[in-house]
Amino acid sequence: MTERKIRVLVAKPGLDGHDRGAKVVARALRDAGMEVIYTGLRQTPEMIAEAALQEDVDAVGLSILSGAHMALVPRVVELLRANGQNNVKIFVGGIIPDEDVPRLKEIGVMEVYGPGSSTEKVITDIRTAIPTAG
Amino acid sequence: MDLAQSVLNGDRLALARLLSRVENATPEGLAALDALFPHTGKAHLLGVTGAPGTGKSSLVNQLALHYRKQDKKVAIVAVDPSSPFTGGAVLGDRVRMRDLAGDTGVFIRSMASRGSLGGLAQATAGVVQVFDAAGFDIIIIETVGAGQSEVDIARLAHTTLVVEAPGLGDDIQAIKAGILEIADILVINKADNPGVDSTERALKTMLELAHPVKRVFQHHGQAFEVPAHDLEQENGDPLWIPLIRRTVAIQANGLPELLEAIAAHVIYLRESGDWARREEARLEAEFDLLLRERLVEYFRQQVSDEIVANFFTETLARRIAPREAVEQLLQRMKA
Repeated sequence: MTERKIRVLVAKPGLDGHDRGAKVVARALRDAGMEVIYTGLRQTPEMIAEAALQEDVDAVGLSILSGAHMALVPRVVELLRANGQNNVKIFVGGIIPDEDVPRLKEIGVMEVYGPGSSTEKVITDIRTAIPTAG
Repeated sequence: MDLAQSVLNGDRLALARLLSRVENATPEGLAALDALFPHTGKAHLLGVTGAPGTGKSSLVNQLALHYRKQDKKVAIVAVDPSSPFTGGAVLGDRVRMRDLAGDTGVFIRSMASRGSLGGLAQATAGVVQVFDAAGFDIIIIETVGAGQSEVDIARLAHTTLVVEAPGLGDDIQAIKAGILEIADILVINKADNPGVDSTERALKTMLELAHPVKRVFQHHGQAFEVPAHDLEQENGDPLWIPLIRRTVAIQANGLPELLEAIAAHVIYLRESGDWARREEARLEAEFDLLLRERLVEYFRQQVSDEIVANFFTETLARRIAPREAVEQLLQRMKA
C-alpha cells in the first residue's frame, strides 16, 4: 500500500480580511506533499465544519487575526465533533494571546502558531499527529 | 453496517469517508463500489471544462444554485492539479462556491489530479459512481483548468460544457482539434468583457466548419438548402449541433438560457438513443481496461518473474522477437 495523502482544510473564520498567513501555510503544506482544501475568507464555523465533513479531511487549520478566536474555535470544534469527526486534528494560527493557548488546547486544539512560527514546525506536527500508512 | 449501506441510507459522513477510500483505491473502497454499482446509472453527469480563469467554478456555483431551485440534489466533483514535483495540491474551487454552504442538498468534493493528465483524476469516475448511487440527481464534474487536449471528461459526462472567455485566442485556436470538439454546449463566460462578439463569431465559424448548419445541394439546376436540424446521422438519428450560450457567472446572467440548453441536450440524448450509447461505450471501456489489468496480474501469478526475465534477456540479445517471446510465455501459462 502506498502512503495515502494527508488532506488539510485551511480556513479563515470570522470577519478579518487578512489571508496572507493562511495562503503561506496552504502553500507550505502543498509543497510538503499534502492536499490542501482552501476555502477563502469570512467562513462561518458552520461552513467550515460542513466543508471538513464533505472533504473528509485529516486536519483543519484555522487562521484568525480578529481576536475572536475564543468564540470561533470552540464552535468549530463542537460542530466537528457533532458531525462525528472526532479524529480531525485542529490547529490555529494568527494573533493569539499566550494566556488563551492553554484553554484552546484544553478543548482539543493540537497546536497554536503565532507570528514568527516556522511552516516546517506546522508540517512536522501534522505529520506526527496523522498516521498515513494504509 | 458497512459503508455502502450507510451511503444508500443517506449518511453524509459515510459518504465522505467512502469517497476517500475510493479515491485511495483501498480494498474496502473497491468492494463498496461493487456493492453500489447496481444503484448507479440514474444521475445526469454534467462536465464543465475550459482554460484556467474562464470562470468554471463560478459557473458551477450558479448551475448548482439553479438546480437547487428545481429541487434537484446536486453533487460537485471539482478537480485541481497536483504538483508534479511534490504530489501536493491546493484545491481552491470551494472559494467560488460559498453560496452553496449550508444546503444539505449539495455535496462538494475537491479532488487532486494525482498525476493524471486528461483533466480528471484516475478515481474521478469511481467518485462519480458513489454520488450516483447515493441518489444525487445531477453530478457536476469540474475538470482541471484545461488547455487543448484534456478531453477525458467527454468520455465520463453525458453533457459537456466547454467554457470560454473573451480575449483568449483567435479563430485559428477555434479550428484546432481538441477541447472545442468535445463540447455539447459552448459557454462564453465573462460575456460583459470586450471582445465577446468576436469570440462568438470565431466559435460559430468553428461549428459551421465542423457541423454544417445547412447543406446545399443541386437538383435539376436549382439549389436546395436543408437546415441542419433536418439532417440526420447515418443511423437515422438527428444530429446534435453544439449550442453557444453567453453568461456572466458572477452576476448570474444568462443562467436560465444555459439551463434550457442543457435540458435540450438531455432530451436529445434520450430521444436519439445517445444516452444509452454513451453509457454502453463508457462501460465497455471500463470493462476492457479492468480486464487487461486483471489479466496481466493473473499472468504474473502464473508465470514466475524469473522466466519472464529470461525471455526478456533473450529478446535483448536479439535471439527472439518480442512478439514471439510473449507468444511462448502465454503457451507456458496454458500448459
